[in-house]
Amino acid sequence: MAAGTEVISPRRGAFGSVLAVLILLLIGILAFSIRLFSVIKYESVIHEFDPYFNYRVTQFLTKSGIYEFWNWFDDRTWYPLGRVIGGTVYPGLTLTAGTMWWIANALNIPLSVETVCVFTAPVFSAYAAWATYFLTKEIKGTGAGLTAAALIAMVPSYISRSVAGSYDNEAVAIFALILTFYLYVKTLNTGSLFYTTLNALAYFYMVCSWGGYTFIINLIPMHVLLCIMTGRFSSRLYIAYAPLVILGTILAALVPVVGFNAVMTSEHFASFLVFVILHVTALVHYIKRILTPKTYRMALTMVLTIGTVGALTLVAILVALVAASPTKGWSGRSLSLLDPTYASKYIPIIASVSEHQPPTWPSYFMDINILAFLIPAGIIACFSPLSDSSSFAVLYMVTSVYFSGVMVRLMLVLAPAACILAGIALSEAFGTLTYSIKYQQIPTLSNEPVSEEKTTALKSAIDSSFKSVVPKDSNKEKTKVEGDEKVKEPVKEKTSKRIRKKEKEIAEKHVEKQVERKPLVLPLEASAVGIVLLILLGSFYVIHCVWAAAEAYSAPSIVLSSQMSDGSVHVFDDFREAYAWLRHNTDENDKVASWWDYGYQTTAMANRTVIVDNNTWNNTHIATVGMAMSSPEKEAWEIYQSLDVKYVFVIFGGLVGYPSDDINKFLWMVRIGGGVFPHIREPDYLRDNQYRIDSMATPTMLNSLMYRLSYYRFAEATMDGNGYDRVRRTEIGKKHFKLAYFEEVFTTQHWMVRIYKLKPSKNRQRGKNKRKTKAVSKKITQKPIKSLKNPWSS
Amino acid sequence: MSRRKGGKLKGLLLGRQIDLTSHIVRTSASIRFENKGSSDTTKVLFALSSAQAERLAYLAAIVLEGKGKSKTQSDPLAVSQVSFQSAPRDIVLYSFSLNKPLKRGESAIVEVNYVLTHVLKPFPEEIKQSDVQLVVYLDNAYLLSPYVVKVQTTTFKLPRSRVESFTKLDASRLADSELKYGPYENVAAFSHQPVTVHFENNQPFAVIKELEREIEISHWGNVYVTENYHLMHGGARHKGTFSRLDYQARPSASGVAAFNRLFAKLPPRAHSVYYRDEIGNISTSHLRSDNKRTDLLLEPRYPLFGGWQVTFTLGYGVPISDFLFYSKDGQRFLDFTFGSPISNAVVDKLVVKVVLPEGSKDPVVSVPFPVEITHERKYSYLDTVGRTVVVLRKENVVPEHDVHFQVYYKFNNLALLAEPLMLVFGIFCFFIACIAYMHFDFSISKSSASYQARLQREEVADAIQRLQKVMNVRAAVTDKLDASLRDLARTGDVASCKAARKAAEATLKETAKEVKSIQEALQASSRAASVLLKVDSLIQKEKEKQDKLLQKHSLTVELYERKLSSKDIDNRIAPYQQKLLVLTQEVSDLLHAIDD
Repeated sequence: MAAGTEVISPRRGAFGSVLAVLILLLIGILAFSIRLFSVIKYESVIHEFDPYFNYRVTQFLTKSGIYEFWNWFDDRTWYPLGRVIGGTVYPGLTLTAGTMWWIANALNIPLSVETVCVFTAPVFSAYAAWATYFLTKEIKGTGAGLTAAALIAMVPSYISRSVAGSYDNEAVAIFALILTFYLYVKTLNTGSLFYTTLNALAYFYMVCSWGGYTFIINLIPMHVLLCIMTGRFSSRLYIAYAPLVILGTILAALVPVVGFNAVMTSEHFASFLVFVILHVTALVHYIKRILTPKTYRMALTMVLTIGTVGALTLVAILVALVAASPTKGWSGRSLSLLDPTYASKYIPIIASVSEHQPPTWPSYFMDINILAFLIPAGIIACFSPLSDSSSFAVLYMVTSVYFSGVMVRLMLVLAPAACILAGIALSEAFGTLTYSIKYQQIPTLSNEPVSEEKTTALKSAIDSSFKSVVPKDSNKEKTKVEGDEKVKEPVKEKTSKRIRKKEKEIAEKHVEKQVERKPLVLPLEASAVGIVLLILLGSFYVIHCVWAAAEAYSAPSIVLSSQMSDGSVHVFDDFREAYAWLRHNTDENDKVASWWDYGYQTTAMANRTVIVDNNTWNNTHIATVGMAMSSPEKEAWEIYQSLDVKYVFVIFGGLVGYPSDDINKFLWMVRIGGGVFPHIREPDYLRDNQYRIDSMATPTMLNSLMYRLSYYRFAEATMDGNGYDRVRRTEIGKKHFKLAYFEEVFTTQHWMVRIYKLKPSKNRQRGKNKRKTKAVSKKITQKPIKSLKNPWSS
Repeated sequence: MSRRKGGKLKGLLLGRQIDLTSHIVRTSASIRFENKGSSDTTKVLFALSSAQAERLAYLAAIVLEGKGKSKTQSDPLAVSQVSFQSAPRDIVLYSFSLNKPLKRGESAIVEVNYVLTHVLKPFPEEIKQSDVQLVVYLDNAYLLSPYVVKVQTTTFKLPRSRVESFTKLDASRLADSELKYGPYENVAAFSHQPVTVHFENNQPFAVIKELEREIEISHWGNVYVTENYHLMHGGARHKGTFSRLDYQARPSASGVAAFNRLFAKLPPRAHSVYYRDEIGNISTSHLRSDNKRTDLLLEPRYPLFGGWQVTFTLGYGVPISDFLFYSKDGQRFLDFTFGSPISNAVVDKLVVKVVLPEGSKDPVVSVPFPVEITHERKYSYLDTVGRTVVVLRKENVVPEHDVHFQVYYKFNNLALLAEPLMLVFGIFCFFIACIAYMHFDFSISKSSASYQARLQREEVADAIQRLQKVMNVRAAVTDKLDASLRDLARTGDVASCKAARKAAEATLKETAKEVKSIQEALQASSRAASVLLKVDSLIQKEKEKQDKLLQKHSLTVELYERKLSSKDIDNRIAPYQQKLLVLTQEVSDLLHAIDD
């Protein structure tokens, strides 16, 4: 059968691998450049909210060095509490970008920290595409790998989190996630300790980068358990898992933000439990080998009875331990993963974030597009035949679908799984169809048997393209059949070369049963149409992805733009206008209060101390700000005064129609505030369970600080003086009022940010108590006189 | 010495114009000096009060010659500060050196221009959004002159007619937006009569507190300029609230002293202009350019009220051919403007850095006024030895300083190639390293036990692989035989079937030899002990299987030749078939087992 391979194979192999490298390179470039729409359409700038914090941390890291970074106590945020940044931040992203910056500067390439941060995500999505290639190649071969890499390079779900400027943990974490999975599957396929060590390191990187590492440390044990239960226990499985748990846990504990959580929280229990099960299984296998079947059966029954009792007590102890901890050992976010309704019931802060909401069906289509239809086909392909690695892909898929259904944000974890399976499906389909077309070219007469030589030559010719179609026994790690060239090769090859070759062989798998099983051949027309349809499907995907990258996901959200009637683009740059104003025209130590969404941006762009920020670690503090925003002016003034706040700003979109402003977020402030301070009651702000700001709004609503700060002098600014709010599409309830405790110090061009200053306390006491007034005025009269003095009179 | 000579000089006629229309106070005084002494003189003196001298940004004088239309201007005169003990305190004296000596009895007209900054004091110091900005200017009604001045007038040019107050003297009058003092006759030397003007000035008080210009020369074709500004409104401080509503709705009555745009004149053919600050691009700017000019209208992020500050960066590139020239001695020199391109702005502190290309030597700077010159080294894009940076520092810079200056340096063209060659070499080294890695064996020890063991393991693995291959070849033979039997059943071609059998036997014989050699190799190897048993049994079973198959084959052919019915044949060969099935199963099991 190998007659043909002898001639073709070596050159084809070399050609193929060069082609594969070239394709991968192009995929990398594609992954990088499709994410640059935001830079081209807008500018090279950090996006959203969280990235600003990461950017600020990176700036600190590059300025002060790694040791200072670990010890960094940030007093610019959570005033007056402050925050230990070094101990509460996932440092992976920051260290990565910091290292990249450092390398660039060591080579005397003067990149600014901002530039490095902006382009970190696109660079890492190229890496992620390559990692996906390797992972899929381990599962289903090169063809599937390349397809999956091409798919993930432009999957909208991932683009949404990794466009240039979106400098978030997920940017590097997805790469780390795929790399970890790849190394796990690689270890599973080779049983090499080398790879398992690398795997632990990749896991460490993942732990450094993102809280989502718990997904890995739960998914891999699940897979191990699956393998054990389906009787797929092997030494390779042991090598793949046991060192990972030990090394991985030790390494994870090194990350300050994880620390002892790596052994103390329930998220990690599964891995230890499976670790125990794995060892028990290994022991059973060992005993089975040394005992005769009969004695083995006896031993089994004995151990089972004792074991059940022991396990029960153990479980009881565990349950007792877990139940003793207040959150049952699970963090709120993780709990809401298991019970989707948990957050909305108990933690308004988690529920208030839009990315923590469950996704809608259209968002699936938006984010993974045609992959959603291809996934089932990919799963089926994984089952023929089922191997350790393909069962991993299926398990990854199933779990990530569940998690994505819980939280929109986790759609991101689904994306690689979807790409891998869709890649497998597409490549299998293409394989079958192209194979059919190739076969058609041979005149197959039913009467005359195809001559053996022809068939084999043909088979070997289509070898490479066909690999994925032919069922492979991927359980076997070693070669069964190879081309004759192997026979002719001298036995004593160079070791390193040989190892490489062997790995390649393992990866490429074998066409062993090709001879035995003749693949089905579709009619020529059907397969041609099929290929055309597949290409069409693929191009729809590409069009959708490019559209998503260019239109949907590239807006930096701190800059808004709208199309003018004459086609030109009008830019709303109000946020930065306000932040720049704060930065340059207020005292460096002034405290600025706003809703927590804008905390990171304020510290990073305005460089001012904030009361709360997007790291929502202290619910009470946030609730205090929420309470102040929902209180009447006087109470709010007192709260802010007690927090030493100088400036308060609100985001207001009513003039230009910017929907995600503070009035629309206001109910969350009420809820979060009310969660801690019961005198803030949500029904007080609702009329007939409806949230409204028009004349039907409740007095509590109309007197709340948020309403007053947002709509102060708004009615005068609208065209007809009616105060028509373009977001709520209604006339506002209270139009003309004066602020007694706050004064407007700055409003941006489109009124989107309105900054108010707390009036000094003397104003409050004037008129209330005459004696006091006198005392106060005596004290302060010195100042005005000084300023009234003519400097030229002397 | 010069005082004695100077003492004999006399200022004859003096016209002084003080321009108060912007926040930069420009004074132009034309003085006719008459030499009444006994000898020729080359120096004339000029005085300023020390308060003004402190704020003096620029001082220049020229001699006007001729009359009427044939008036010509001389080159600027050399200025030096001089001091005399006999001069009154709080007076700073400057001496101009005339180009040609002023002969006895003759006279010359000298036009002195000087610029003062930060001398308009806002009063009141703080204003509300709706207020206009009022400033006070303090000066001397007479020219502070070391000479007796025969006739003199002073004119203050004001931006608007609204004047709150001014010091009223004998001959003072306010006409429209001009305030005139004089003419005064025979004013004694160093006479002092303070004058204050309190008037409205809503011009943009653009004060650049700090400006750092970096001019980077790239011999690949461009000069890149990066300018970091720290801009401030230097007028009356803003007080109280800022209402966007008032500012937008009533622009004429609200924030009149504030400014929200600046005008910058960039060099012609400027390209890649960017305008940003530390938090990103500032989208409010308009660039107009044609062949002769590039005008940039900058709008800061927010309107600047009194005391408000903003920082931003302005950058652009210009073609090198417009600014880099060769001097006569073969040196290159950069000819670039010194000051800020923003019109009518005061720069409190200006730093100009000229980054010369890597490998430049001996920079020499020529600036028409005194500056502080230092040198630095900067590392940029793949530099190895670094670039020489000439740093020029000057305080209190006004638009009058926006003149060209030159930096001469030596540069070898070959240095241009250094960095590309370095890159080429780096990539070359990378590929060499790759090739080396692919071709060398990097095992640490060739004699260590583990290395040997690995070699042996590999040998065993190799032998098994070969064995598997052979087995596959043999399996193929089996398939062929089966196929031939099937064909026989269909076509009844006994001859071809026999031929197939012959061919099969030949292959089997051939492969049997190979199998034996592999088996021997495995037996010789110490490492193969664990698999040897399996291998042996595999070979044995396989052989058995082939034998059975051949038997079956011959039997079938024989039966066929006897023309038995197919059912009969099936019955006859059934036992063989069964045995064969069992054997095939065993063989494949063994193959799998060996694989592990």
